[in-house]
Amino acid sequence: MTNGLPLAVEASGLEKSFGETRAVAGVDLAVRAGSVYGVLGPNGAGKTTTIRMLATLLRPDRGSARVLGHDVVEDADEVRGLVALTGQLASVDEDLTGRENLILLGWLLGMKRSQAKTRADELLEAFGLAEASAKLVKHYSGGMRRKLDIAASLVVTPQVLFLDEPTTGLDPRSRNQVWDIIRALSTEGTTILLCTQYLEEADQLADGLAVIDHGKVIAEGTPAQLKASVGSAALHVRLLEPEQRPEAERVLQGALETVHLESDPAALSAPCADAERAAEAVGALGRSGISVAGFSLAQPSLDEVFLALTGRPAEPDEEAEEEVAA
Amino acid sequence: MSTVPTTQSGVEADAAAIRSALSTTPRPPRAGARTSALAFGWRGMLKVKHVPEQLLDVTITPVMFVLMFTYLFGGAIAGSTSEYRDFVIPGVLVMAVIFTTVYSGIAINTDLTKGVIDRFRSLPIWKPSPLVGALLGDCVRYLVAGTVIIVLGLILGFRPDNGVPGVLAALGLVILFSFSLSWVFTTMGLLMRSPNAVMNAGFMSIFPITFLSNIYVESETLPKGLEAFVDVNPITHLVSASRGLMDGSLDSTNLIVVLATATALTAVFGPLTSRLYRTRT
Repeated sequence: MTNGLPLAVEASGLEKSFGETRAVAGVDLAVRAGSVYGVLGPNGAGKTTTIRMLATLLRPDRGSARVLGHDVVEDADEVRGLVALTGQLASVDEDLTGRENLILLGWLLGMKRSQAKTRADELLEAFGLAEASAKLVKHYSGGMRRKLDIAASLVVTPQVLFLDEPTTGLDPRSRNQVWDIIRALSTEGTTILLCTQYLEEADQLADGLAVIDHGKVIAEGTPAQLKASVGSAALHVRLLEPEQRPEAERVLQGALETVHLESDPAALSAPCADAERAAEAVGALGRSGISVAGFSLAQPSLDEVFLALTGRPAEPDEEAEEEVAA
Repeated sequence: MSTVPTTQSGVEADAAAIRSALSTTPRPPRAGARTSALAFGWRGMLKVKHVPEQLLDVTITPVMFVLMFTYLFGGAIAGSTSEYRDFVIPGVLVMAVIFTTVYSGIAINTDLTKGVIDRFRSLPIWKPSPLVGALLGDCVRYLVAGTVIIVLGLILGFRPDNGVPGVLAALGLVILFSFSLSWVFTTMGLLMRSPNAVMNAGFMSIFPITFLSNIYVESETLPKGLEAFVDVNPITHLVSASRGLMDGSLDSTNLIVVLATATALTAVFGPLTSRLYRTRT
């Protein structure tokens, strides 16, 4: 992992328990300076706890972590001077306006008041929040709040930025905007540690990626390596008439071999990485007189990654129990 | 594939602008303890500015008490309403300000239930500054609450012998004591689960302590057991000291008890709050 390049974040054997619950059970991470590193996992996997330990908000029970060479426990204050955190809960003050939030942070970070005001206006402008600058944050939409939250982390440009699920709960447009912001930050050389539940998000943004489950890293690599380990993407087809499914199954078997019948009686899917073959298969359905309501060629979902890596779905549900029984 | 409208100027975040905003700021030297505490004090005052109703809560009740006790019971308790007015105003001043201290605990608890506390904790600042700053901001609220009562008193004809200096000294002492008492409520605020729980527990404890004092009646008129309690209650000493400062009959024992209690409260609950603030998640 080292190959001569400096590491921005390195953790070894991090552990943290809350009462009986082992939230983090020995996490090792190595994040290259200047990269976007994704930490992927379902709710409750230990992502937030890990990020909070790295951002000096929680003290690890065991193990150690260094951020840009500074120990997160011994040199916590030094680390705080180099990092910024945008938490899962909005880490801005709802009872203040957007502008006041940024001025407060500028002031706390050592700027003069006039300097803090200029900086606040500059960031509000850059993040498209200038019009809402005098509005109380509690009246912001989810997307605006998230943008302000990220802006708040950039009042003084951090060397390492921790983002905890930055797009959870956002509509697709706001999500794309947040992604654009993250890409822009990365271009400027900020190291970003990104926690997410979405494989697509990691795929879009991350150079490297760790999959975490039950407080442990269960896989590591580039998004491409990870997806290759899971298998290929799949063609998902939804029919207008559920009665036509047996026929559709035969046609797809002819074109793509393996076909999987979904629990939705009008839907079926087939593993397929090649867009042309998928298009051909859909064409074949049409030629056989089968009415297709919709189709998509989708990447493996986080659930599928988990299924492949752990042999069980990300979160236990009835289906898993049925599979065990069968 | 659906097409999404791409740019709406002025609303969208602009990647180029973000990049230029990123590259322009050198890291300033770290803020000192005084600066960060003042910044948090400013934050507290902004909240009063945005939600002025929170001041109404704590001033209307004391105003009602002044009017009610003076004109309804004043004649019966003290023989005349004007005599009772002079007796009760310094007491209600104490009550009005003391009640406001509970809100310090509610504010801390509210912060704790939101994500903003994580941001403050991850900043390279003097650790107790969010707390000290919040309490400094609260002192401004104490000043407002106290001023309301004094102005009401003046309107009703309250003219204490020691004049303006006496009133200011009393107000200063009350604010000082309230600053120390508010650490108790910040501790409570960090231990309890919700702002509502802090509010209930806070007022449940502050009500008996303020009423079982000499705010409304002289302790000599009370049953023996109650009199004993009222006489050791620090609020009684604070009320007596305020009366003394205003009318020139100050008994230094009262002043010493008030200052000693304030020091003790700050010494115990200040560090306790600070510790809880760092460790609570």
